Amino acid sequence: MAKGILVFAEVKDGKVKNVAFEMLSAGRKIAGQTGDELAAVLIGKGVAGLAGSLAEYGADKIYVAEDDKLAQYTTDAYSKVLADLIKETDPATVLFGCTVLGRDLAAKTAQKVKAGLLSDCIAMEIEGGNLVFTRPVYSGKALLKAGIPESSPAMATIRPNVLTAEPGAGKGEVVNYAVKLDAGDLRQVIKDVILQISSRPELTEANVIVSGGRGMKGPEGFKVLEDLADVLGGAVGASRAAVDAGWIGQNLQVGQTGKVVSPTLYFACGISGAIQHMAGMSSSKCIVAINKDEEAAIFRVADYGIVGDLFEVVPILTEEIKKVVGK
Amino acid sequence: MNIAVLLKQTFDTEAKIEIAGGAINKKGVGLIVNPYDEYAVEEALKLKEKNGGEVTIISVGADTPDAMRQALAMGADKAISVEDPALEGGDEYTTAVVLAKAVSTIPYDLILAGWREGSAQVAVRVAEELGLPHINVVTKLDVDGGKATATRDIEGGNEIVEVPVPAVITAQKGLNEPRYPSMKGIMQAKKKPIQKLSLGDLGLSADQVAAKVKVQSYFLPSAKAAGKMIAGEAPQAAAELARLLREEANAI
Repeated sequence: MAKGILVFAEVKDGKVKNVAFEMLSAGRKIAGQTGDELAAVLIGKGVAGLAGSLAEYGADKIYVAEDDKLAQYTTDAYSKVLADLIKETDPATVLFGCTVLGRDLAAKTAQKVKAGLLSDCIAMEIEGGNLVFTRPVYSGKALLKAGIPESSPAMATIRPNVLTAEPGAGKGEVVNYAVKLDAGDLRQVIKDVILQISSRPELTEANVIVSGGRGMKGPEGFKVLEDLADVLGGAVGASRAAVDAGWIGQNLQVGQTGKVVSPTLYFACGISGAIQHMAGMSSSKCIVAINKDEEAAIFRVADYGIVGDLFEVVPILTEEIKKVVGK
Repeated sequence: MNIAVLLKQTFDTEAKIEIAGGAINKKGVGLIVNPYDEYAVEEALKLKEKNGGEVTIISVGADTPDAMRQALAMGADKAISVEDPALEGGDEYTTAVVLAKAVSTIPYDLILAGWREGSAQVAVRVAEELGLPHINVVTKLDVDGGKATATRDIEGGNEIVEVPVPAVITAQKGLNEPRYPSMKGIMQAKKKPIQKLSLGDLGLSADQVAAKVKVQSYFLPSAKAAGKMIAGEAPQAAAELARLLREEANAI
């Protein structure tokens, strides 16, 4: 019978993504209750050295699948390796971070092993002996709890930043996993990769996000938000209005047709609070709204609100925060 | 070039969600075409204008005729709707298996879908079910000489990927600007065929498409307590906010 939890550890820029540590820490607690094994899998080329960090977050066993054909992510190659591993080791649960890569890989792997997959989960817990996942539906206006029957592995993608990564002393066993890839398995050819160099964290993983909307008035307006973001080591985001106006790139859009984020602290500056935007940021732990219009809907979800001109308030706030955090 | 577009209808974003008897109350809720699917329809129409062929809209579930009419009014040629009581309670696995079978009933060179459709799972699952490669989250697409070359969003940038066709491509915002149906298109759409198929018509049994995910309950998020409005001129308000974020919210 299927047993244990397998966590896919996504590697980016030579490091394991934090969401993998978050899933392992949560998985450790569940494995503690059920007595099952907690395993992680690293896929790529030159990734074996990362196994220690996975052990530190509680993995009992770390499968390392290395191959030249895995140097770059392709769904074809990664899903084949992962599906083979799942068939051989028969885990009851397989977890992925809900990232662009994680979503792509999870869907493909799930269909390969005929498994159910719950997307964008914000909680997982044991209820009545079964693992139950919670996920938002209808743009976060409702939630659902669901489980996956034992007949198939339960697969889920977990939203970054909703679980807490807790390092501990771990001694994971490293298992080299023999990769079986035929040329026919690989149909996706990566012709080019174009990365935008940014010193700021990825939106979906940032602890602090400073977002601007229509109230930014133009592309140059975002400078004040960048200054605040940089003081806090945060990311800059935007509402659809600012993106559609061409003031900022679409990859920084937060909302229903953009990214869903769960930072510790979210600043909404000059953002009115359309439902589409709130769908992307309402699970932020602390929300600050700064807007001239005291009737703006954003104030209804904000923990702290200031009615005022963001171009006046934000620069002063940046200086005040510098004092408070001692920078 | 014959293109199948996978289409889903979804709740209007502004819809108020109510729960009745442990399920989402669907009565009276306005439905719209899943926004990402409009990009897929538009891209299919552009490819058809360039290369000829037919665009077929394919959907699963009984709630789809409006969405199909909209796609037909934009310029798609025909539609297939799979409707069956056994699909009630289906999940992404169910939908993917059914869609794959339905697509197999027509000749196709390419399958397009919105990337977020069905929790961003369904189109990728359909590709696997049909044994096809896919390119996910695409903002630019070229199809030529038996290959599809696409620019896709990845974390921190873009990637250019090539696959042999037939293939499944999922559309991301930015791929194109979906057209509005013209009055002529709307009139013509009324005469375009929507073929209705049951599971039996596709040679599938209810067991073969049974959901893998079992929903236990739906509930509404707990209401948020009213936030704190910070009064005063900008300097005082900003200083107070910084203090509260540090001392009260422990957020910085």
